[in-house]
Amino acid sequence: MHFFNLILRNTLRHKLRTSLTLLGLVVAIVAFGLLSTVVDAWYAGVDSASSARLITRNAISLVFPMPATYAQKIRQVDGVRGVAAANWFGGVYKDPKNFFPQLAVDVTYFGMFPEFIVDETQMRAWLRDRKGVIVGKKLAETYDFKIGDTVVLKGTIFPGNWEFVIRGIYSGKTPKTDVSEFFLHWEYLNETMKRNVPRRANQVGLYMVELSNPSRAAEASREIDAEFKNSLAETLTETEKAFQLGFVAMTEAIVVAIRAVSFLVIFIILAVMANTMAMTARERTAEYATLKALGFAPSFVVTLIFGESLLLAFVGGAIGVALTFPVADVFGTAMGSLFPNFNVSMHTVVMQAVSAIAVGIIAALAPSRYAARVNIVDGLRSIG
Amino acid sequence: MQIPLTYSLRNLRTRKLTTALTAGGMALVVFVFAAVLMLDEGLRKTLIETGSPDNVVIIRKGSESEVQSGLERDKAAIVESQPQVAMGAGGVRMVSKESIVLITLLRRDSIKPANVVIRGVSLMGPVLRPQVKIISGRMFRPGTSEVIAGHAISDRFEGAGLGETVRFGGREWTVVGAFDAARSGFDSELWGDVEQFMPAFRRPVYSSMVFKLEDTHQFEAFKQAIEDDPRLKLEAKRETQYYADQSEVLSKFIRYLGLTLSVIFSIGAIIGAMITMYAAVASRTNEIGTLRALGFRRASVLAAFLLESLFLSLIGGVVGLLLASFMQLFTVSTMNWQSWSELAFSFTLTPAIVVNSLLFSLAMGLAGGFLPALRAARLGIVDALRAA
Repeated sequence: MHFFNLILRNTLRHKLRTSLTLLGLVVAIVAFGLLSTVVDAWYAGVDSASSARLITRNAISLVFPMPATYAQKIRQVDGVRGVAAANWFGGVYKDPKNFFPQLAVDVTYFGMFPEFIVDETQMRAWLRDRKGVIVGKKLAETYDFKIGDTVVLKGTIFPGNWEFVIRGIYSGKTPKTDVSEFFLHWEYLNETMKRNVPRRANQVGLYMVELSNPSRAAEASREIDAEFKNSLAETLTETEKAFQLGFVAMTEAIVVAIRAVSFLVIFIILAVMANTMAMTARERTAEYATLKALGFAPSFVVTLIFGESLLLAFVGGAIGVALTFPVADVFGTAMGSLFPNFNVSMHTVVMQAVSAIAVGIIAALAPSRYAARVNIVDGLRSIG
Repeated sequence: MQIPLTYSLRNLRTRKLTTALTAGGMALVVFVFAAVLMLDEGLRKTLIETGSPDNVVIIRKGSESEVQSGLERDKAAIVESQPQVAMGAGGVRMVSKESIVLITLLRRDSIKPANVVIRGVSLMGPVLRPQVKIISGRMFRPGTSEVIAGHAISDRFEGAGLGETVRFGGREWTVVGAFDAARSGFDSELWGDVEQFMPAFRRPVYSSMVFKLEDTHQFEAFKQAIEDDPRLKLEAKRETQYYADQSEVLSKFIRYLGLTLSVIFSIGAIIGAMITMYAAVASRTNEIGTLRALGFRRASVLAAFLLESLFLSLIGGVVGLLLASFMQLFTVSTMNWQSWSELAFSFTLTPAIVVNSLLFSLAMGLAGGFLPALRAARLGIVDALRAA
């Protein structure tokens, strides 16, 4: 008991220094948590992808379409339960910086995504209205979309101003579900294109393929691609997960940079913390010598220093972790639909705790070695 | 009377470990700060140098980028006949009608896919971009399945090296040359004959066209004529402006994220400097009293401690910059969201960045050192001399 009391009193001796060190630690732990959550948000699409769905696209690249007739042929492949066409719409809502994903989809699309929950009456209203759209809950909140509102998008890929009416708002089954998407009717897009730019009608950007048995994903992908080998539009079929990973891989350099930087902040705070402990130990050289002269073993002095360092790290880490949640909430809301999922994961919290403890231990290494080695006579003579 | 500079310097030298740790923390912050500025500068340079102010890019109205644009042959002919288009040698109009598509290639190092820009150009295409120079092999011959690759693509993607073949559009294409485009965005592209690419990709229309202005001041007149013509539904931009627009989102992202991080991280470093300086003041209370008794004024004491803190941060700033300057050896390659394609750019250090980084580090030193220096200056002579 006395021992812990001593550590606590030592810690509180320089109140200003202790609070400054704690503040630094809290800032660093929060920054680390936030950055690691940003990286998680980057991979959110991968995590929520289902292994029972495949995506078929043109083998050249995503910007090339496939004929709408492929749907029939894909449906005939063994193990395929359903096929839905989807086109990336890429419209601009008022200003290019208001980015959110817009997909023109077949009416069967929602049947393949049990994680999108749409109210029955809203679904019927959407099915009945060619210009109807279903939007995600988060998207609706960000731009204040209400059922019945008219939304105008300026097409970048499909020219013209497009008018849509919000018919439904979907929510997600799990917190990881992307609820920031905007779904319009593929039929509506196609018919408009038939009228305006006939050469671009009946084209599909990608096919979402649902499998009855996820374990047949590899064979089904091969069979689908074999079906269109040597045709005008060869295809590339992969699981939804692989497709999403491909996207993340394209921006990997940024993810790597953010990761690297998130570790840098830990090094910065390590330098601050190690400095605090080194100064503390140097100032108390005479005390440590006294303790030794009284007969305490060097290990006692070492434990004192480690105890103080770990106490600081623990308190700073705990406050940092606790603050990460509200800060991430604010940050996520500010980012709007850019990061559809912005939740602090368990993994992040564990990493924060581990980093804080590691900083506490490493910061105590040099000072405790110094204090353990200090010669009693020299130490008593020291004036700090 | 001033306290000699060496007083401040020598104090830093006495406490080597503390000085090293504090300056080290600052160096890391300055490193992040400088690296972000260098990255943004590299991106800006890459995309701005891609364009020439005398060249004009024509795309479909509202399409925002060449990849999303479509330009019918008859419209291209109308644009080509405009009086503002420059005439080259032999009365040939300096126009390149281009077809830009994205294909997926695999990186050599990680076998991961990335979108690469394929640009089909007319004969005039390379003439309009004088920065494009063949560094190995030769130019592609029009009318054949030959392509040339920018060196950022040639080095890093499978099948894009000299003499190798890439497969797209149902055909094999031989890479007969590698070109250097002076660190511009073209370094991340594959070029070939537009009239070969269009049938291969089954695209009956061009993506965009580029031409040189007869006189650079005629741009506004031309833009007016083209954009007011209801038949065309086209948009004209100077090539420099076009590429600056293409990098806007990525550049903003890098700058905002990086500067926010630098500011947050600097809080840590400022706190580090504050702790160090408060300790320095506390352990030298006696000295301060002596200095004051000798006749040095409060302002001189304030200046001496502030200088010490500024020196500390300057060491951090210089070390951080030194670390950051090594980043110039690296090239970053990532997807540009606006063009959906791979873009390679490098960290670029400019004198302005050096100055800004050093100012940033000095600002940290000032913020961290001011309060402790103030405390030192406020100490009463008698109390300070009495302190143990």
